[in-house]
Amino acid sequence: MFKKAQNKDFLALEGKRSGISLDNAMIIFSYIALTFVVIIPVFMIIYYTFWDGTKIDFEMFKTVLFQPENLGALKNTAIIGVVTTLLAAVIGVFFAWLLGRSDIPLKGLMRFLFSIPFMIPPFLAAMSWDMMFSGRGGYVNNFLMSLFHLAEAPFNVNSLFGIIVIEVVYYFPFVYMQVVSALERMDPTLEESARIAGASQLYVITHITLPLTIPAISSGMLLVLITSLSNYGIPSLLGFSKNIFTLPTMIVELMNRAEGSFVGIRQAACLSVILVVVVAIALLIQRIVLNVGRYDIIKGKSMRPMLIKLRGAKYPLLIFSLFFLALVVIAPLVMILCISFIKAYGLPITLENFTLAHYQRIFAGSNVMVTSAIKNSLFLGFSAGLICLFLGTMLAYVIYKVKPKGSVVLEMMAVLPYSLPGTVMAIGCILAWSGKIAGINLYNTIWIILVAYIARYLSYVLKSSSAALQQVHPSLEEAARSCGASHLESLKDITLPLIKPAMLSGFFLVFLPCMRELTTSVLLYGPKSRTLGVMIYSLRVNGMIPSAAALSVLTITIIIIMNNLVNYITKDRRK
Amino acid sequence: MTDQIVLNHVTKSFTTKELGTVVAVNDFNLTVKKGECFAFLGPSGCGKTTTLRMIAGFEDLTEGQIYLGDKLVSDSKKNIYIPPEKRELGMVFQAFAVWPHMNIFDNVAFPLKVKKVPKAEIKERVTKALHYTSLDGLEKTFPSDLSGGQQQRIALARAIVVNPDVMLLDEPLSNLDPHLRETMRFEIKRLQKEFGFTIIFVTHDQAEAMAISDRMLVMDMGNVQQIGTPSELYNKPINKFVHSFLGQSNFTKVVIKDGKAYAKGHMDQTIAVDGNVPEENGEMILATRPNTIDINRESGYKTRIIKRTFKTDFVEYLVAIGDDTVLIQTPHRNLFKSGEECYIRVHNPAWYPPEDEEAEKERERRNVV
Amino acid sequence: MNKVELENITVRYGDHTVLDNFSLTIPEGKIIGIVGPSACGKTTVVRAICGFVNPQTGTVKINGNTMYSKEQKVNIAPERRNVGVVFQDYAVWPHLSVYDNVAYPLKKRKVNKEELDKEVKEALRQVNMSSYEKYLPSQLSGGQQQRVAIARALTSSKDLLIMDEPITNLDAKLREQLLVEIRLMQERLGSTIIYITHDQEAALQLCDKIVIMQNDGSIGQIGTDEEIIKDPANKFIFKFIGVSNFLPVKMEDGKCYLDYSEPMLLREGKPEGYPDTDKPVEMGVRPMDVIFDDASPIKAKIIQTVFLGNIYNYFIQLGGQELRVQRITSGGEEDDKYVEGKEVGIRFVGEKYYTREEKADV
Repeated sequence: MFKKAQNKDFLALEGKRSGISLDNAMIIFSYIALTFVVIIPVFMIIYYTFWDGTKIDFEMFKTVLFQPENLGALKNTAIIGVVTTLLAAVIGVFFAWLLGRSDIPLKGLMRFLFSIPFMIPPFLAAMSWDMMFSGRGGYVNNFLMSLFHLAEAPFNVNSLFGIIVIEVVYYFPFVYMQVVSALERMDPTLEESARIAGASQLYVITHITLPLTIPAISSGMLLVLITSLSNYGIPSLLGFSKNIFTLPTMIVELMNRAEGSFVGIRQAACLSVILVVVVAIALLIQRIVLNVGRYDIIKGKSMRPMLIKLRGAKYPLLIFSLFFLALVVIAPLVMILCISFIKAYGLPITLENFTLAHYQRIFAGSNVMVTSAIKNSLFLGFSAGLICLFLGTMLAYVIYKVKPKGSVVLEMMAVLPYSLPGTVMAIGCILAWSGKIAGINLYNTIWIILVAYIARYLSYVLKSSSAALQQVHPSLEEAARSCGASHLESLKDITLPLIKPAMLSGFFLVFLPCMRELTTSVLLYGPKSRTLGVMIYSLRVNGMIPSAAALSVLTITIIIIMNNLVNYITKDRRK
Repeated sequence: MTDQIVLNHVTKSFTTKELGTVVAVNDFNLTVKKGECFAFLGPSGCGKTTTLRMIAGFEDLTEGQIYLGDKLVSDSKKNIYIPPEKRELGMVFQAFAVWPHMNIFDNVAFPLKVKKVPKAEIKERVTKALHYTSLDGLEKTFPSDLSGGQQQRIALARAIVVNPDVMLLDEPLSNLDPHLRETMRFEIKRLQKEFGFTIIFVTHDQAEAMAISDRMLVMDMGNVQQIGTPSELYNKPINKFVHSFLGQSNFTKVVIKDGKAYAKGHMDQTIAVDGNVPEENGEMILATRPNTIDINRESGYKTRIIKRTFKTDFVEYLVAIGDDTVLIQTPHRNLFKSGEECYIRVHNPAWYPPEDEEAEKERERRNVV
Repeated sequence: MNKVELENITVRYGDHTVLDNFSLTIPEGKIIGIVGPSACGKTTVVRAICGFVNPQTGTVKINGNTMYSKEQKVNIAPERRNVGVVFQDYAVWPHLSVYDNVAYPLKKRKVNKEELDKEVKEALRQVNMSSYEKYLPSQLSGGQQQRVAIARALTSSKDLLIMDEPITNLDAKLREQLLVEIRLMQERLGSTIIYITHDQEAALQLCDKIVIMQNDGSIGQIGTDEEIIKDPANKFIFKFIGVSNFLPVKMEDGKCYLDYSEPMLLREGKPEGYPDTDKPVEMGVRPMDVIFDDASPIKAKIIQTVFLGNIYNYFIQLGGQELRVQRITSGGEEDDKYVEGKEVGIRFVGEKYYTREEKADV
């Protein structure tokens, strides 16, 4: 039986084979896909910024940078980013310590509440806060004014301060999550040995516990900083009416003003480059900070950490925490829900003003735009999810298993859009796919949004699939080979089934953000390609606030159902 | 010698949802003399670490008192619990627990800084502690740049820098490779000679416990089984558990008849015993060690070599006694071949009553839990 | 008949030569241990047999059939070599049940259902895992997973099994138990097993023949357990196989002396195995072969004693040198005789002589 096999395997020696091998085909396809999805759009931004049609030109960049309007936006972006980050850190660390190290009751409930902000799109939260606290019009403001007989509204979210507050309550869970997991994984003997050395509890917190969580705190903070710098939804919803601009909102504004003119588009491109530079600086700081303090604090026997007794402070702290969480997590949801049932925005929230009309309109399909927005978003979510699923898993396999020369380049290309603000990615797509290259014109169609989504979310699947692939030890495939399976069979029988759960959750990792996306779609949508985010946004801008609220409730419901579904699936498989 | 650590009727029980009430440590009485090296040995979950943590002050007592020197540090009745930081102990943990954000000097200086010792004195004492642990010149290095063995030395230096009377060691060598483990054992003994502290050493490794300790105890399921010197415990184990937990054991089913031992079911040949044989007739278990069975070509219980295995230090023979087999270890000299006829004699064996099946079942149940 | 033949295998990774002209013949129906320090190339040897490594030169034959030959341009793919492999990390597939894991090689060979069922059950019986057919690997302990891996290797190839450090990830008790089971299984089936390990003890216990590889990838000695213990081929083997003491010696006037500042008479006449050389010579002796004997004129001082139950370890001082000595304890008074600080007479048995600069870094 062996003699027969010999001839066939001659060619396998030294990799000489007829035609292109499976591995090589995947490598080539990866390069092509990434070039179209990532490289061309990014290149087009740089091209427009520094090319005036005939020659290289730096003037435009300078002009745009030093325009007072843009400088103001830059300043606002920086202020919002820095202040938000600092406040989020303080609140995040406080709650992380409370849940990770103290004996406060109801930890399960609080943990659940902390996870909610991750599910709700930021612009929906901003919209809800606007309903509560926008000057005299806000419901809560109104209530407080009549209660305390105030002449002025006590809070005004339509301000720099307002934007910061909303971003803080929305983003502090980033810090909380990082720190609480660090505290939970920290070897308790690190703290116990300090007690033995003679240090009191407070001394241990300040000299051992806190310093050891600094890497976690700083990585959480930088996550907040980068997200805040590139956020579009919150500043646009709260700042637009008061002419408060940040870099992302300014870029959109410039794009709208340009109305297709070359100079106008170049201005937007220039501002995009500036935003990218700002984010790049933040990323650079992150890299430096993370490299400095990478401690290994998670070894040793797993023991439950010693909980510190809060004693007298226990219940006051509990009440404070629950009140805080109710205000920042539950109140916005309740507000949107209430508004979605009200006959007209501004009417008091009473039973007389109750109506189901807004929902009826959505479900009856009487508003064609709303129906098509739902369809569009579902279509985009599913197709982007599926395409990313296959493309991302293939990329992961190529980068981490085939490991061709230059796999680092492939990886960098794939994760680049992850650190680019959505606004910038959208501009890139417009510049690239409006007929300039090979006559491909996707502008105003749903396809351009799809391309942008794929570029933005590809790295999510890449990450989850490659993490799973790296878990698949080479000996698992080799065992299959020695059991008589060919290379392709070992892939099909062993590797793919093993990473299937990760691929599935990768799909949802793309699907969910697609459902709530606003930043990219707001620049890319056309008359027939509105998404849910865009629809809610424009309903609100046109004053149809209760309808916007009803659509928001629907969106949030879809997201929560999907989120639970993915949790259920991954939990079930993770045995 | 004075008493350094005294535990009086110490009991600790936990109540959990799944298991109900579990007695982790049951009526533990112990007096450790000043300057002694005392080992707690037992399988995981036997309560040895819990006892150590009660001495350190990390756990409250359900019942009993603990004295360190003359000082009452824990008392369940009077609800006295001196916090760990006030007990003036040195402690070294399995996972080293050196602080990764401080360099070696700051790690070792920490206990002194907390006590507000003057700077110049800190420097002097830290330098000395680093010298004794062979860490000279590494003051500015961070723990992550050091090997496991060196990290454990930092932990030792940090513990000795305050000159404690008592040193608690919680499986300090389990995370090191076997070779390093042996070296560190000697280091610890050397430091003890130098500084004269009392050691309590918790381990699940019986060889380590015997090698390091002056006296030791064996615990099982929360109960102390036996306290004594390593050779007392190894050579005169009080029960079958201690016998089997320390070193290798041969348990052979025998029948005693008129002061002579026969393999169960083989009454044709007496087993050659140098030492006591129980007087009462009936079934017994003959417990021997591989090193206390003599194998020769002249006299004794006649049998055959079933299997010979070379170890790097000695040869092991598997030999039949009746239906059971026993393991015999001898140096690499006067070799017997597999299948060869031979004679064996057992020296100073221990005798235990036939297996108590109920007790075995209880152990299995607890192991499953 | 020879089961596996490796002829002049050379494997290079970049500039690093792992195996240089390596040849080895493995007889049928035996357990052959390939032992060596880590990174000596022993894993590369088995990867070349399995086909996971393509050597730069040489031939690999299994059952007399050429599996790989650079010269003849033959390279049989791993899946066609009919080798059962057991990996250190078990490599049982977590998404397949025990039954499906073991059945996989048979399915790939398109064995019919009844035959397959029979073979899977037989393989599971061989490793005492019959009652675990429906289990997923995650529900099994490490030892059980490794048994499944062995069963899978059996259905893949009953007559040639390669085990690469199969027990290294298990705890001491299980290791012992699995070694016994592997031996019993081999005796029942008559398989050829190539057993790779860095652990000399396991190899001594299990293998019919042991191949000891040296750091440079060459073979230092091939022999039975007794041959390797009693007649180590060189100083490397002597050091690799256990703890050892090396004492300087010299010949003067036809007598052999311990070469300290005050020479001590060791042997009248030239000892057996003393090398013919003008270079300095040293004597290698194992701790067990240093014997306390008060009648001996060679006196040493006990520095430290360590009780380990069945064994007493001693550190003694002789001529400014520290030696390790071991005694098997008797359980009687004799054990307490040799205390720290005592002076004792010592003699040596079974010592080996080597020229001094022979390097042997293990």
